[in-house]
This record gives sequence, structure tokens and C-alpha cells, in this order.
Amino acid sequence: MFSEKEIRKIRNKFPILKEKVYSNPLIYIDNAATTQKPIEVIRASQEYYSRINANVHRGLHYLSQKTTIQVENTREKIQKFIHAKYSSEIIFTKGTTESINLVASSISFLIDKGDEIIISCSEHHSNIVPWQIICEKKGAILKIIPIYENGSLNLEKFELLISKRTRIVSICHISNVLGIINPIKNIIDKSHKYGALVLIDGAQAPSNIDLNMQDLNTDFYVFSAHKMYGPTGIGILYGKKEILENIPPYQFGGEMIKNVSFKKTSYSDLPFKFEAGTPNIEGIIVWNSAIDFVRKIGVSKIKSYKEKLVSYAIERLNTIDGIELYGEKKDFSKKSSIVSFNLNKLHCFDVGSILDRLGISVRTGHLCAQPLMNFFKVSGMVRASFSIYNTISEIDCLFKGLLKAKKLLLKN
Amino acid sequence: MISLRKKEETIKKEFNQLNSWEEKYEYLIDLGGNLSKKSDEFRSDKRLIHGCQSRIWLDAEIKESRIFFDADGDALLPRGMAALMIYVYSGVFPFEIIYSNANFIYEIGFQTFLSPIRANGMFLFLKKIKFYAMAFNTKISIELNNKKRK
Repeated sequence: MFSEKEIRKIRNKFPILKEKVYSNPLIYIDNAATTQKPIEVIRASQEYYSRINANVHRGLHYLSQKTTIQVENTREKIQKFIHAKYSSEIIFTKGTTESINLVASSISFLIDKGDEIIISCSEHHSNIVPWQIICEKKGAILKIIPIYENGSLNLEKFELLISKRTRIVSICHISNVLGIINPIKNIIDKSHKYGALVLIDGAQAPSNIDLNMQDLNTDFYVFSAHKMYGPTGIGILYGKKEILENIPPYQFGGEMIKNVSFKKTSYSDLPFKFEAGTPNIEGIIVWNSAIDFVRKIGVSKIKSYKEKLVSYAIERLNTIDGIELYGEKKDFSKKSSIVSFNLNKLHCFDVGSILDRLGISVRTGHLCAQPLMNFFKVSGMVRASFSIYNTISEIDCLFKGLLKAKKLLLKN
Repeated sequence: MISLRKKEETIKKEFNQLNSWEEKYEYLIDLGGNLSKKSDEFRSDKRLIHGCQSRIWLDAEIKESRIFFDADGDALLPRGMAALMIYVYSGVFPFEIIYSNANFIYEIGFQTFLSPIRANGMFLFLKKIKFYAMAFNTKISIELNNKKRK
């Protein structure tokens, strides 16, 4: 666990935390949307454009070779970070959403009329819509794993849903609304027994959970850099080599081409087969520094500190008369640092607006998970999500801010 | 009837008397309270302006060449903002709205409500007010031309 001094030291690495919002110190607790960037990452970005910038993999000149080496270094670093077997199993994409779309598009040839795709009730829209579209196109059936009131998946129902016609099961590792950590190993093993592929939407997981692709034995795993202190616009698709080799590319042109004639085109080998066009070179190279930042602190230390924050937040917020907290409230080992709630049936937009005036950045609305909002019979929620640089005193400010919101908004 | 310009001045004066953002928000919420309670029929899709978080509904009609608006909202602050705009833009001639800008909203410190974010839909609300003004103005011009011909 970190001492206050250590947390102060970490906070000092994030220049944005010194910003004022309407004359109040910024309290940034919207980390499930994106995290802030440490100075190492900011410097790496400046360094890239000041000293390295060139197109990748193509040129033989000095700078192009430098970018190529650094891009491939990041690929290898991610391979080690998630314990993948080969670096060629790491495909760079725009982010989690694009990675899911890539898989949905590339495996669609495996899906026939009457086949099934399984997702859960607590998925982000990005892990619903691509599958819905494939089902519409192919006449396949989208099946939904229900959840319990605390947000955990109903695994008994899952066992009833899965069948020999299930082609893919696509589940989030951590719910972006409830913060619940799903038992994905169990789901992966069960799905494989039925011959189904598995995709894990890991958007909320890296820097919260130690990832080991070989232990998990998942077929696909996807996440973005920007929720783990890295830049926006870059993410990965991890896919098992033998699967990626046997599914068609998603986009065509640029890096992914081996030979082109007007009669026939052949594609490059992995990972380039899935990386059409000039990639987000800066994003990839800068991500490297974000991974170093996370590794230096340690994922397990980050997780245990966030557990402390979330347990304090739940305990404190729960004392507010009229607050409705959603999801697991006791077992913090099953929960990441996300707390979603509503206050005295007030509209989340109003609550979020008052918190904003106090310098507190939270996310409000349907949180890109409308089916989950329907499950809880609400149009939206307020979500506070914590990171390594947040403090207990910031949670106290959130608590006071909510009391103030109540006072202002409940007068009428 | 008061001109649009005069109404804007009144609003600015009233808000300038309020010292803190808290007072301004409270005043805005009070304004929203002035909107009458609407039926489910009023809250229909054709009047709905989609914001991804809060919903607002807008209706317009024309009486003796002047435009009148009515609105509803499911969150207090956007509802107050809708009431504010309705006060300013109702009962004026459509051309006044066409040639107006929404600077008074910036001047009273509520510019964040007009940023083109998807959250509250107020940006689209204002756009729709302008759209109604243009449509009604065209209608009035056509009717005037027809009268002249007769």
C-alpha cells in the first residue's frame, strides 16, 4: 500500500492535476473514460515529434528505421505485459472498439444462419452493436447472459444459453458501469468445450489486473492505451496466432499488402496482415512509456490502492440519505475502482453539472450501456472512477459535492 | 409585446444581480419550474430533441405573426435553460429570432450549456428555435404575397 507521500509523488507526475476548474482544484474521477497522462508519457510524445517522426516499416532511411524499431519494441513490450506467446499476436488498432469490430468482421465468414453469439447484459455498446449487426446480416441469434442485482453474471443461465451452435462468446473483463470483474477464465473454458471462440473486452482491465493471455487461453483480448495512462487513438487486438492466420483481413491497403497486381493481391504475414494504412506511430511509441509507468508502480499495487479508494468511496457515499449505489458493495476483490450511483432520483445530468462547477469531473448518462440502464430501470447514472493519483480527501470532496448538489437541486 | 432585444436585456439584468453560480443555478431551476407540467402526448418523439443524457421537448406555434414556444425537460438545469429561452424567444416576430444571436446566454455565464456537446441537447434546442423561426417567417411571407395578389 502507498503512503500519502508516495501518492503525492505520483500525483506530481501528472501536470494536469494542478489545473483549476472554476477556481477549484481539479478532482479528476472519470478514469474509466480515460486516465490522465504522466510526465513520462507527455515527454515521450514531444520527443517523438521533435526527434523521431517518420513513416514506419517502409523507408530505409535512418528515421524510418528508428520509428520501426520503436514501434516493434512497443509490440514486444505489450506481448510481455500481457504474457502473449508471440509478438505477432499483438495487432495495433485505433482502440478497443475497432478491435471488436475487426474481430466481428473477420470471423463473420464462420457464422451461418441459426448460429449463436453470446454477450452479457452489462456490455458496453461497442461490445453489443458489432455482434448485433453480424447477427442481422447472417441471420444468427444474439443471446444475452443475464446478471444479478450486484452486477455479477448469472453463470447458470450462461450454461443454459451456450450450445454447439455458439460461434463466439464476447464478454467484458470488467464492467464499465459497475466495475464488476467477471470470472472470464471460467467462461473461456466453458465456451471452448462447445467449440466457441471467446473475445474478452478488456477496456477497463490493464493496469487493474495482471493479464496473462496464455493462462487465460482466450482467443481474443482487446484494450486501449488511453485508459492505462497512454495516448488516445491506439489500442490492440490480441489474437491467438493460429486463429489470426486463418481469418481474413479487416481493411485493405498499405502495410498489409505483400503483392498487388490487377489480377490478384496477397497479404503480409502477421501482425501486418491486420494493420492496413499508416498506423498511429506516435501513439504506439508513446504507449511504451505508459506501460513502463504502470510496470514501475506494479499492477497489483495499483489494484490494492484502488481497492482502498473504492471501498472508502462506497462506505462514505452510502451514508448519504437517498443515494442509490449500483452493483457490488461488499466484495471489493470482485470490483475495480468504479462506483455508479443516482442521488435522490435527481437526474444524473443535474448532479454531474453541480459537481462540475465544484471542479469534480465525473461521467454521467447511460455510460454507453443502455441495456444495463434498462436493467436498473434508470435513464442514466453518475459514475465516479478512481485512479492511482486519486486520494481519500478527493473522495471526501465528492461526498461534500453530492451534499451540495442535493441542497441546490432538491429545493424545488 | 416586448421586443426580443428588451427581453435579453431584462434577463441579463436579472442574472447580473446574482453574485454566485449557485444563485444563478437556483434561479435557472426556478425558471424551469414556471414551465407547465406536460402530458405524455406533449413528450412525443416529434418534439423531442435528442441529447444523449437529458431530454427536452420543444413545440412552436404562430399567432398573429408572432411565434410562441413551449417546452419540457426531464432534468432541472436544461429545463430551466429551456424556460429561459422560451421567455426570450416567445411572442416576438420570427425575423427577430432569425437576426438574433444567443450572446446573452454567454453574457449571463451559461455558455457551457451551448457547447455542441451531445450531453444536454441545448445547442440543438437553440438551432430548432431558429429553424421554427425561419419556417414561420417563410409562411408569413408567402401569406403576405398571396394577399397582395388578391
